[in-house]
Amino acid sequence: MSSARTTALTPAARRGTKTALGLVLTAIMLFPVYWMVNVSFTKTSDMRRTPPSLIPLDGTLDGYRAVLRDQLPYLGTSLLVGVATVALTLVLAAPAGFALAKLRPRGGGALSFALLVAQMIPGIIMAIGFYAAFIKLGVLNTLPGLVLADSTIAVPFGVLIYTAFMSGIPDELMAAARVDGASTWRTFVSVVLPVSRNATVTVSLFAFLWAWSDFIFASTLASGSQLQPITMGIYRYIGNNNQEWGSIMATAVVASVPAAVLLVLAQRYVAAGVTAGAVKD
Amino acid sequence: MTTLEQGGSAASRSSGAGAQPPARAPQDGARSSGGSRPGAGGRRRSPSSVSQLTAWAFAAPVVVYLLAFYAVPLYRNLDLSLRDYTVRSFVQGGAEFNDFANYTTVVADPTFWPALWHTLVFTFVSIGVQFALGMALAVFFFQHFRLSTTLRALFLVPWLLPLIVSASTWAWMLNSDSGVVNYALSLVGVDPVHWLTSPQWALTSVIIANIWIGIPFNLVIVYSGLQSIPADVYEAASLDGAGPWQKFWRITFPLLRPVTAITLLLGLVYTLKVFDIIWIMTRGGPGDSSQTFATWAYDESFGNVLPRFGSGSAISTLLILMALVAGLVYIRAQHKQEAS
Repeated sequence: MSSARTTALTPAARRGTKTALGLVLTAIMLFPVYWMVNVSFTKTSDMRRTPPSLIPLDGTLDGYRAVLRDQLPYLGTSLLVGVATVALTLVLAAPAGFALAKLRPRGGGALSFALLVAQMIPGIIMAIGFYAAFIKLGVLNTLPGLVLADSTIAVPFGVLIYTAFMSGIPDELMAAARVDGASTWRTFVSVVLPVSRNATVTVSLFAFLWAWSDFIFASTLASGSQLQPITMGIYRYIGNNNQEWGSIMATAVVASVPAAVLLVLAQRYVAAGVTAGAVKD
Repeated sequence: MTTLEQGGSAASRSSGAGAQPPARAPQDGARSSGGSRPGAGGRRRSPSSVSQLTAWAFAAPVVVYLLAFYAVPLYRNLDLSLRDYTVRSFVQGGAEFNDFANYTTVVADPTFWPALWHTLVFTFVSIGVQFALGMALAVFFFQHFRLSTTLRALFLVPWLLPLIVSASTWAWMLNSDSGVVNYALSLVGVDPVHWLTSPQWALTSVIIANIWIGIPFNLVIVYSGLQSIPADVYEAASLDGAGPWQKFWRITFPLLRPVTAITLLLGLVYTLKVFDIIWIMTRGGPGDSSQTFATWAYDESFGNVLPRFGSGSAISTLLILMALVAGLVYIRAQHKQEAS
């Protein structure tokens, strides 16, 4: 009887061990994130203390005061650039995804191929090319220019996500709309787009996150701009050589908020985005 | 409109036909064949050409976009790499072709071979370790214990953070004097390591940070691959008395081979172009000790008061060639996987 009980308990106990191991692994993995938060609350005078304080018991909000003082324009710019990039990406990607998934244009395969190749082009090459082109067009150091450049990170991904998603929409649904006399455009707007809400959410989230996180285009195409995104705000803090790590890390924490929100509110979309598009710089 | 199923694949045609009888009529997709079809609300023009027109009208914005914002920058980059640009001619135009002088300059540069070597080491060590750890974690989390879903989601965090955030956090953690990593090492009696400020450790440091960022991606992809392995294969192996270790090497690993190929190749494409992490942590230094093609191209083009776009774009072109080779192999592998 006792042996029966142990065999009954063992799997549960083993599962408990696994949970414990999982917690330890997650703690190790997320330690840098914790450290960022910890340092953001640390006083400058304690910053170089040995041993470093592992918990900000005697913490300060000076770092966050610095964010409020210095970084609000940068955050606002990033928000604006992010939203504009999402809008541009959706407007371009949704119709193209619809065409590739449901209208089957001749040469659609070549277009898909071009999109796959496009997202493999290193950012530095795009940056140099954009820099040369933007000088001629007079959009260097402007926000529309930055939005255009940032959208190139997300548009191919967006088309691929929409294509994959819309291919799953039953043809019967579109046929029904056609029987009711709807044009292709009308079918797209009133039937296909509402059904594709999940794809829209995924594409929007990633387009926003990538525009928000972009550094290479910001530092090359907007470094002389009046309005600069938050990545440049952090970069300037680092470059100022004052080594105010409390302020740098506080800004980093604030800049991570969209990623955190994304993970909490839209975790399943994130996982879907990783596997479906499998893209990230 | 019954025209939309025209010209599609056999499978989609038949499903369309099931839904809508009129679409069954002309199936060859030739333009001449559909003219007289009666369709609910159909138009009089040749349906196939109409649908092609409609299809391309929907795709047109992206086609124009690809040409304007991919093809043009690529062309400009290539053009820059083949001409003798000065600051004046960069703005005003009229630079001369200089054959391949930019390329010979770049190859003869003392930075070339170190940068090539660092690019390869950074890329292959990163993707190798990322993949091994990502796979181990995927197998671990696939066991469905309590909290496994939540913890797996938390593993995504490094991947979602802006790269500048991760890079500056790692830079401070790896600080020689006050970094927490050296403090931890001191607890086990290891002398402080000059992670970012010594030539022999700089490349290792940026690789560590890059691996940390890349693990979630590998974890998620391999996890999705694990989900596609049917459970009864494992049950059969259990009946045959296979242990967990055997199950992994005899079942999981071989069955994951397609996923492995895709993940590694994609990792290759995306790691070749990593720039932000290295630039923010070390700027490719000290000296050229962590310089890769991506940071070198940036440094040449934007890192100096007088930009050297000629050599910068020549390095970029070499970088894109490497990425494209990897990319084409990836696309081939993916097609093969879809076909099988």
